[in-house]
Amino acid sequence: MIDKTLNWVDDRLGVAKGGRTFLDKIFPDHWSFMLGEIALYSFVVLLGTGVFLTLYYVPSAHEIVYHGSYVPLRGQRVSEAYASTVGLSFDVRTGLLMRQAHHWAADIFLGAIAVHMARVFFTGAFRKPREFNWIVGVTMLILGIVNGFLGYSLPDDLVSGTGIRIAYSIIESIPLIGTYVAFFLFGGNYPGTGVIIPRFFIIHVLIVPAILVGLLAAHLGLLVKQKHTQFPGKGKTEHNVVGSPMFPTFMAKTTGFLFMSTAVIFLLGGFAQINPIWQFGQYEPYQISYAVQPDWYMGWLDGALRIMPSWEWVGWGHTIPLEVFLPAVIFPGLIFNILLVWPFIETAWTKDTQYHNLLDRPRDRPKRTAAGAAMLTLLFAVFFASSTDVMANFFSLPLMDVLWFFRFFVPLSPIVAYFLTFKICNEMRNAEGIGSRKRAMIVERSTTGEYTTTESPARPGDHHEELDAIPVPTFIDTTDPELATAAGVRRVIR
Amino acid sequence: MSDNSPRLEGPLPTAAIDDPHLLPSTRNPKRMEALAALAMFVGILGFCAFIVAYWVNASTQWEALTLGIGMLGLGVGVISWGKYLMPQGPFVEERHDFHSTDAERESFNAAITGRGGLEVKRRKMLLGVFALGGGVMTLALLIPGVRSLGPKPAKAEDNEGSTDYSLYTTNWKKGSKLVTVGGRLVQVDDLEVGGVLTVFPQGYEGSSPDQVILIRLADLGPNDPPYPIAPPGRTDYGVQGYVAYSKLCTHLGCPVGLYQERTQQLVCPCHQSIFNVNAGCIPQFGPAPRPLPQLPITVSPTGQMLANGSFDQAVGPGFWERP
Repeated sequence: MIDKTLNWVDDRLGVAKGGRTFLDKIFPDHWSFMLGEIALYSFVVLLGTGVFLTLYYVPSAHEIVYHGSYVPLRGQRVSEAYASTVGLSFDVRTGLLMRQAHHWAADIFLGAIAVHMARVFFTGAFRKPREFNWIVGVTMLILGIVNGFLGYSLPDDLVSGTGIRIAYSIIESIPLIGTYVAFFLFGGNYPGTGVIIPRFFIIHVLIVPAILVGLLAAHLGLLVKQKHTQFPGKGKTEHNVVGSPMFPTFMAKTTGFLFMSTAVIFLLGGFAQINPIWQFGQYEPYQISYAVQPDWYMGWLDGALRIMPSWEWVGWGHTIPLEVFLPAVIFPGLIFNILLVWPFIETAWTKDTQYHNLLDRPRDRPKRTAAGAAMLTLLFAVFFASSTDVMANFFSLPLMDVLWFFRFFVPLSPIVAYFLTFKICNEMRNAEGIGSRKRAMIVERSTTGEYTTTESPARPGDHHEELDAIPVPTFIDTTDPELATAAGVRRVIR
Repeated sequence: MSDNSPRLEGPLPTAAIDDPHLLPSTRNPKRMEALAALAMFVGILGFCAFIVAYWVNASTQWEALTLGIGMLGLGVGVISWGKYLMPQGPFVEERHDFHSTDAERESFNAAITGRGGLEVKRRKMLLGVFALGGGVMTLALLIPGVRSLGPKPAKAEDNEGSTDYSLYTTNWKKGSKLVTVGGRLVQVDDLEVGGVLTVFPQGYEGSSPDQVILIRLADLGPNDPPYPIAPPGRTDYGVQGYVAYSKLCTHLGCPVGLYQERTQQLVCPCHQSIFNVNAGCIPQFGPAPRPLPQLPITVSPTGQMLANGSFDQAVGPGFWERP
């Protein structure tokens, strides 16, 4: 029956040849290859829960009187966007679960991308021939951050509205075109004519997701076309891939992983409250809340704004708000551009034009590892700088001291991290036997009083025996092993 | 690596059922099979419980718990099946060179540079006109795509424009009545010393560019000397111990909502810019570059608080056209 169907399809589409190659695709067995899958599956959850939310959310700044089931808000004038978000949280069954799962999925999506990217960077998986896929990946990260911010802004609550206000001022700070861009985008001076919510909505639910889906298809297509990288090991060369096959082994594992990732996101969505907008209230441009932090992936931008000195440039009848333009436009622009062109920076430096399918151990590439550590340190440092006020309160320190600490810590810590990482990598490379398990030494005293030292025998796992890799078998001889020539012998029929 | 032949020709690799590459990686496949089945069964129970939870309108936590158990159970079951019972290999797959043969490259390049390139060389004029056409079309489509989005920002000279279109003007005029966001008129005895109130010009309640923070610094009567405030030129901006400043932070336009009476500071909660109220709200600390613009205020004979003019500059964050 299955054979017949497959033949029917192959007669019409000729899927057998390519399909077979696809089913035989080998996935290297290493836990770090799972990080990208987390991103993929949280994106799946984002699409699913997102569609659910669009069925109830009203993208409108139009003011109405709230009549829903959340008592403290009854009778207040709120925007339809805010009222419908509160409504889908309280009056739509499972709505709150879907909304919170959507928010958690977004945070996990970007977190998984960041960690996945770090894995690709530190192991050198972006090298020739995979530069395209690196660029596609970085583009998806940028789009993910943008879409996260847009989605966070849609409920029109006090906290997210303040974020939009800041975004408006950041756009305004761009020399020459800033005010025009801001006026066109918002339909006028802040807060505009109420067009910003429907505009953010259509970008958030259609335009960016459509691009993301396209890039995702390209990302996975390139992965299949170019095959996986792999860590060096027994039987692994630049010219092969060793691991388990797409079908059925990887398919089973990854399907199970889809379920488990989704389970974690929904458990978080049900048990860990996130963005309780009914507590923040409707956004009003003259109100503000204290000690509010943005979603984690925006923190580094906020931190850069906080530690920047107040250097406004004024002259020849013009103003350049460098205190905004540098940290909020130039700084992220620089970071994203360095990320995008990193493979080419590295090639220009190493003059390496070889294909690379085997991964590096980070310590074997001390300069790259140090550069990556410096970049991560910089981003973490500005990220922590985004909570200067919370830290000052928590440690009972003057706010000014905390700020001055970060003004020095942010530029200096990456330099320290670079040299420290470089040193550690070199030490690890030069240390003998590092990475292998230590064996106990047995000291024995002979009858004549002579001492000898011998190494204790290997423990299980010290020498992990691996089979030689074979091509994925097509035909499996199901004859009872006892009737076959000898157990465990591969019989090749030629 | 010479691999131009299709992969799947000739005899295909085969294996016996007891090939170690195909054997389960667990010592006890029967037990693992039972465990995987059990996990999936727990998952099924979880999904059923979710349906019940929905049916009885249970809390969000119950929904998440049942759904989570369902998915975790199913996931653990399928993963154990894949990890312990399915062929783990190691299997190997050969890689193929990405680049084409030299002959293929040559013919491809020749098609582009020769066939197409020759045509381009022969008809340079046509190519130029086509490129121009494409450019003009893009421009023509971009104009409505961008220009329809919103109004142009008004210039500084158009100082009578609506605040919807101008970054330079607010709705404050000489004689504007100070009202709360609810529209209540603000009287001179409304605030205690140390009290603050967000006020708007009457008729523009809740407007973003017009928001002003009114602070009572001292309890002074109409005949007392004015509260000493720097810079000296602005002594008549306040009235009877009251001062009023734009509430838009000059850093990023957040409302400067925190007033610390003890230190006479206004703090912006967004990025911790601190303004010295006694010194004309000059920025004392943090990223804000300019003082908060001060609104001159006065009191009518009936005790109603009024604006005694408008701001002398654009309020809020800086921008390119700001003089």
